[in-house]
Amino acid sequence: MSFMAGLTLASPSAERRGYSPWREAWRRYRRHRPAVVSAVLLLLLIAAVVLGPFIWRVSASDIDVVAGMQGPSLAHPFGTDDLGQDILARMIYGGRISLAVGLAAMLVSVFVGTLIGALAGMSRGPLGYALMWLTDLFLSLPQLPLLLMLIYLFRDGLKAAFGPEGGIFILIVLVIGGLRWMPVARLVRAQFLSLREKEFVEAARALGASPTRQVIRHILPNALGPVIIAGTIDVAAAIIAESTLSFLGLGFPPDTPTWGRILYDAKDFLDIGPHWALFPGAAIFIAVVAINFIGDGLRDALDARKVI
Amino acid sequence: MSQYILRRLMIAIPSLLGISLVLFVVLALAPGDPFSELATNPNVPPGVQAALRAKFGLDDPIYLRYLHWLAAMVHGDWGFSFVSRIDVDTLILQRLPTTLYVIGSAQLLALSIAIPVGVYAATRPYSLFDQLANTFAFIGFSLPTFFTGILFILVFSVKLDWLPFVYTEVPGSGIPWVLEMIRQAIMPVMVLGLFQAASMTRFVRSAMLDVIRLDYVTTARAKGLGQTKVIVKHVMRNAMIPVVTLIALQMPAVFGGAIVTEQIFRIPGIGSLLISSILANDTPVVMAVTFVFACLVVLFNLIADVLYGWLDPRISFR
Repeated sequence: MSFMAGLTLASPSAERRGYSPWREAWRRYRRHRPAVVSAVLLLLLIAAVVLGPFIWRVSASDIDVVAGMQGPSLAHPFGTDDLGQDILARMIYGGRISLAVGLAAMLVSVFVGTLIGALAGMSRGPLGYALMWLTDLFLSLPQLPLLLMLIYLFRDGLKAAFGPEGGIFILIVLVIGGLRWMPVARLVRAQFLSLREKEFVEAARALGASPTRQVIRHILPNALGPVIIAGTIDVAAAIIAESTLSFLGLGFPPDTPTWGRILYDAKDFLDIGPHWALFPGAAIFIAVVAINFIGDGLRDALDARKVI
Repeated sequence: MSQYILRRLMIAIPSLLGISLVLFVVLALAPGDPFSELATNPNVPPGVQAALRAKFGLDDPIYLRYLHWLAAMVHGDWGFSFVSRIDVDTLILQRLPTTLYVIGSAQLLALSIAIPVGVYAATRPYSLFDQLANTFAFIGFSLPTFFTGILFILVFSVKLDWLPFVYTEVPGSGIPWVLEMIRQAIMPVMVLGLFQAASMTRFVRSAMLDVIRLDYVTTARAKGLGQTKVIVKHVMRNAMIPVVTLIALQMPAVFGGAIVTEQIFRIPGIGSLLISSILANDTPVVMAVTFVFACLVVLFNLIADVLYGWLDPRISFR
């Protein structure tokens, strides 16, 4: 990858042994303290939800009404809900889904955004204008109402086709991703418009490279930096979107305790069991803040124009 | 200027048409048929079914159905709520003022926090105040509204018992009524307004920093103008131009936040109407509310464009 090709020539560190653009990016990333702390936090969070069930062996769905609504204790570090289910175990299970939705929806939006942005950036005819009009149209759609409407209309069909959990997962990922590609498309188009006139692309064109090859080998790798940054922020936005849907009672079914869903269940018991709402809320907040800080750090690391 | 506004209006119409097309296509693609119950009902003979389908135009080609639907929407014939048994437009008109009251107050609160804080932070970049403002802004827009809402209820209603957490119709009139209306709106407006203020502060700060280094600002200082006059008269007006656009681009997110806040505090606005209609399978209301939200977004974009023309007169002459 050579999206910092301009910098490598100019910077004296190019003389250093074992130099690579990724190492340079890492050096710049490390300067952003909160971003480093956030990366560690996020890794811990991911490790907790991936490895958690092997260490914390309490079932997420065992009902024990007698032990319901208890605050944090040794037996239940995060307390229990009204049915006596262990909140820590539920959060570990739900966290897998919340984070997976965030990642998958980001991949969808980055893929769609890059495709549309690249097409709009390369075409010199009416196609580019049409795609940009479409992008602007999507930007002025009210996202949450539309998200709710799409889920309302397609929920039952997908549930029948892929099962209650799988169907909702596919629907939520596609809908969130499908409504968040516009910033990526604009960024990619802007990058393409300037990159396609650069000398190295002209050289490739003169050597007879096909437009596809120009895009994939020469333009896209150089446009990657902003896309990575936007994609990172998109993960946070997708996690918030999924939690919002679940919080409104229109996301995952009740037996799938995503963080937003736990909050939804907890919100009517705030007076007697505040712990029930605080732990999943804090988990969403930590994940989102960490991802946003990582995005900020990546901006420092990947934006070659910024001198650190 | 009036010509410029007219031109902007002409641009708003195609985007409204585009949005209505998107909504209609989504509805048409969705599985499920309004006549599915009829089809399984043995008491309705197939001939009657076909006649009914033809009468309501369900077998027409899709573009004809879209045109019919659009014509009905323009005429104000928005359908009939299955659940409330009244016309959809009456239902929405009952709920809309509450939503606009909450969103409007939240926007005002956000502006009255973001502009002073952003401007002051930009005049002293990298000072302690700037760093604190930045950190709070970062945390503020990472906190989802549903979580801040719950935190506010926990602190101000459950622990301190200062404010009611359910928004209700207040009986009575006069000053006590006004005070009660304000009191119950404090928490929803704070939740929404602080969330908005966080991202706005960042916009204002970076826009101010872009302008404050320009040569004409140095000139103004060199003429001997005081700091306040330079900042307010010379820097702010130009810095507000990108801020207006960014705020308009934020409007869809504001409406999203409003839906969540209305749900948490049980405010009887169109956001909670949307949620309850979805839960009750009330399709005409769901469609209409989504369309109203879309219209509001387009309207605010239009207002932003007009403000833009006022802030930067060069734009309206182009």
